Amino acid sequence: MNASQARSISGWGRYPRLKAQSLTPDKASHIRECLDGRGELIVHALGRSYGDSALNSRVLLTRRLNHVLDFDPQRGLVECESGVSLAELIEAFLPRGWFLGTTPGTRFVSVGGAIAADVHGKNHHQAGCFSQSVLSFKLMLPSGEVITCSPLENAEIFRATCGGMGLTGVILSARLKLSPLSSAYIDERIIKTRNLEETFAYFQASHEWPYSVAWLDCLARGEDMGRSLLMLGRPARDGGLHLPRKKGLVLPVDLPRWTFNQATVGLFNYLYYHLQRAPVRKRVSHLLDYFYPLDSIGHWNKMYGRRGFTQYQFVIPKEASYQGLRSVLDRISQAGLGSFLVVLKLLGPANDNCLSFPLEGYTLALDFQIQGRLFPLLEELDRVVLDHGGRIYLAKDVRMSRQTFRQGYPRWAEFTALRERLGAGAKLASLQSKRLGV
Amino acid sequence: MHLLVLGANSDIAQAAAAVFARQEGAHLYLASRDLESLERRAKDLELRYQVKTEVLAFDALDYASHAGFYQRLDPKPDGVLLAFGFMGEQSRSQRDFEQARRVLEVNLMAAVSILEIVAADFEAKGRGFIIGLASPAGERGRQSNYIYGTAKGGLIVYLSGLRHRLHRSGVRVLTVLPGFVNTKMTQGLDLPGLLVAEPEEAARDIYRAFKRGKDRVYSKWFWRYIMLIIRWLPERVFKRTNL
Repeated sequence: MNASQARSISGWGRYPRLKAQSLTPDKASHIRECLDGRGELIVHALGRSYGDSALNSRVLLTRRLNHVLDFDPQRGLVECESGVSLAELIEAFLPRGWFLGTTPGTRFVSVGGAIAADVHGKNHHQAGCFSQSVLSFKLMLPSGEVITCSPLENAEIFRATCGGMGLTGVILSARLKLSPLSSAYIDERIIKTRNLEETFAYFQASHEWPYSVAWLDCLARGEDMGRSLLMLGRPARDGGLHLPRKKGLVLPVDLPRWTFNQATVGLFNYLYYHLQRAPVRKRVSHLLDYFYPLDSIGHWNKMYGRRGFTQYQFVIPKEASYQGLRSVLDRISQAGLGSFLVVLKLLGPANDNCLSFPLEGYTLALDFQIQGRLFPLLEELDRVVLDHGGRIYLAKDVRMSRQTFRQGYPRWAEFTALRERLGAGAKLASLQSKRLGV
Repeated sequence: MHLLVLGANSDIAQAAAAVFARQEGAHLYLASRDLESLERRAKDLELRYQVKTEVLAFDALDYASHAGFYQRLDPKPDGVLLAFGFMGEQSRSQRDFEQARRVLEVNLMAAVSILEIVAADFEAKGRGFIIGLASPAGERGRQSNYIYGTAKGGLIVYLSGLRHRLHRSGVRVLTVLPGFVNTKMTQGLDLPGLLVAEPEEAARDIYRAFKRGKDRVYSKWFWRYIMLIIRWLPERVFKRTNL
């Protein structure tokens, strides 16, 4: 067992930052010792959740839990430790014709983190959340006991752990079902829409496309409100299975605070929207570029300056989505707090996990630089979201209130009760779990 | 290509082994004392990169076993990555000669013992490469780390001599000088965050230097300039510093 050391950690939003005692176990017995130690802890793997869900004054780093344990090339089943990243799985198995059944917008997340946040991707409307491709995982309970969880075995703990933000135990390893693929390329179609109504209509009409997501111009007002570039995709037939050999850019320093203001954000959004002239554009992209456009800029989170940023992501049930989204966009544009990156997606039906985020409806994600006047605005948006029956994504959240959480996630009590039964309350906690009272 | 990794449980060694497996399809002899955790890593590398691996027991300090160890390798490796090392704690090395001896033996004596055996084979065949992990600590004795520095300094001189000798046989020797790397060895040390590299970065630097046929490489690159300054500080200034 390695000695612990104090280090400065934060989530991807770089807000908040704190000094934490970090433990780097390399096998199960070491993790048990960490859990036996005094005080609570939370697993912090690649630190890609945006807010404070993987932060506490004691964190368990998983960089040594990074072994691929087994692979069945006939069926595409892979078993790996929880610290292995999706990027590593892609690197190893894409050339052999296998890809993730579900992937979020970055490949630099760990398998354990993908389970804990039950992440979703551009194919959620067809393929559901990450947990859908999880056959089973090994979980170390707060007591130190290791159990196997699957939809059939310890099913209750399985459903609480997928989406459970690391609060039920430490995920040691997982068995995943990969999806076969005959090309590493995606046939893309980009549709330019004129307003929110049209954006929704195209989303509805594109249900048979396996991948869909829209970039939305959040500063467009009035008749233009909700204008978007809807990016549809499906696996290409050919092009080969190779990985691209190129080096990405890295943002080396924080950009100054004034980089972001109404004018620059407005200009960027305007140009991005108008750069595409045709109403429909086709192109073929490598899937790494299609799924992970931002992964090619290392540390893009420094774009928002030293104070950091947060991503506000919510979902509103389909029937109320239109009203809810209009209301949210109105308030944002009134407040003049634009966002470079606004992403809209129509999600498929909810699953049976306690705290998984998706439900059938539209989800919108916006990045905001941290600043004083942001928090009152987000409180206001919370109310709009809740009034329309929606909720906020835990993997992005850094500030929602206990009431907002409980109203958005009605199964919170069930989750808390399970944590109680497992003795997790005193052992596993994050700044987020304490704020939300789970 | 067959690559023999000595001290294969080291973080830098494992990251470098992965790069050679990925880029060269290198089959790997992974040698170390702790075989249990090495077996897991071997399986991992096989699954990821579809290479063959063999896990071998190797005790750097059991000099007498080295010849037999190398003899049993079949086929013989095309290259060797020497990555075992032991840092110890400076203050303890000052008080406890047994630890000081261990630092000197693991980092220097053991390297001489096994690499002379490897060098003889490579020299006879007229091909092969040797990559040795030394340390900038070996470039100037500093109060905070001079026992380890002495051993690594010896290794630097040794590798440079070996390179000189093997040059005419077409055998290449690469000396690697990794600065602060986030590994088991440095865990618990309070290192300046900005200067600390990940093992994967060190591995990339090693592989790039190998491909370019370099003799010596710092990882990361800026250590070259830091060490330039540290090496050239006049002694009367240097001895007043807290380095």
